[in-house]
Amino acid sequence: MRTLGPVLLLVMGLACRAQANPVFSELRPPESFAGIVDRVARAQAIFVEASRVFLHPRCANCHPAGDSPLQGDDHHLHDPPVSRGSDDQGVPALRCVSCHQDHNQALARVPGAPLWHLAPRSMAWVGLGPRALCEQLKDPRRNGGRSLDKILEHVAHDKLVGWGWTPGVDLYGKNRVPAPGTQAKLGALIAAWIELGAACPVEATK
Amino acid sequence: MIVLKVNGVERHLDVDPEMPLLWALRDVLDLTGTKFGCGQALCGACVVHLDGEAVRACVTPVSRAAGSAVVTIEGLSPDGKHPLQEAWVDLGVPQCGFCQAGQIMSAAALLSKRPKPTDAEIDQSLAGNLCRCGAYNRIRDAVRKAAGTP
Repeated sequence: MRTLGPVLLLVMGLACRAQANPVFSELRPPESFAGIVDRVARAQAIFVEASRVFLHPRCANCHPAGDSPLQGDDHHLHDPPVSRGSDDQGVPALRCVSCHQDHNQALARVPGAPLWHLAPRSMAWVGLGPRALCEQLKDPRRNGGRSLDKILEHVAHDKLVGWGWTPGVDLYGKNRVPAPGTQAKLGALIAAWIELGAACPVEATK
Repeated sequence: MIVLKVNGVERHLDVDPEMPLLWALRDVLDLTGTKFGCGQALCGACVVHLDGEAVRACVTPVSRAAGSAVVTIEGLSPDGKHPLQEAWVDLGVPQCGFCQAGQIMSAAALLSKRPKPTDAEIDQSLAGNLCRCGAYNRIRDAVRKAAGTP
């Protein structure tokens, strides 16, 4: 038993690690792509890594292709059944801020962050792959007229974006799975991608 | 101390800033017309107006209402004769009645922004107000009647 103890502890530790899936929940830093000599190829690889955040349910659920936000890791329709309205902030009497506060509600379990609202339809992400997402993100006609610097500012500092890493608990008291990495790490990836020329990945557009 | 105006009267509340507004209204100010349903912003029974916008009092920290005007069902009309209340009576809308305060407050917020709403707008704006008796058709009829639409 004395010899089995450390082995058991090791096995339990590995099991816990596997459950938390630390590799998948982490975000590779820009430096880890230094081995890719070609700048365009490096930028593309960095964007693919960053797209793991953009396409994560905590981010994509508020970038839906339809008029209703989505919820959960399976992108199910928002309950109660709300609509984006003309300003992406809901309809009269059922605005986003009718329920969502500027911070998570621990007891009611309603998520919250400043200026809670949907991304416009032109910024729908659900169903896109990294290339289509990249092209959309860079297109001022679809990204709210943002320059690359403005995109970086939004991604790296916007508090609503930051909610993706502090999503609180769901309706059933279970911790929502946060987006990979941290907001700072995503900001570092996007800064590096821009510095390298902001090339989009090459896979077919969906 | 949190200061807010409730139904036109300034109130001073010595409560936890994170206390749900619904608790403050019902348990501290004894305004029990606003109902507790789900406590998670899912049913709409607790809708009140905060500076003219419909909010769900069960998930709104009382601190958010500091310095603002809160209107509850008790304050919607001084004599209970808001067009929606009259339409509700005329058409016999309520069955059990539990959700009705929230329904009326949501409808009032809608009419303040869209005085002549379409059926689709009524349905969208009241989509988050549940009625376990299923009085939805009468609710929509009453909103149309209050709005003066055929």
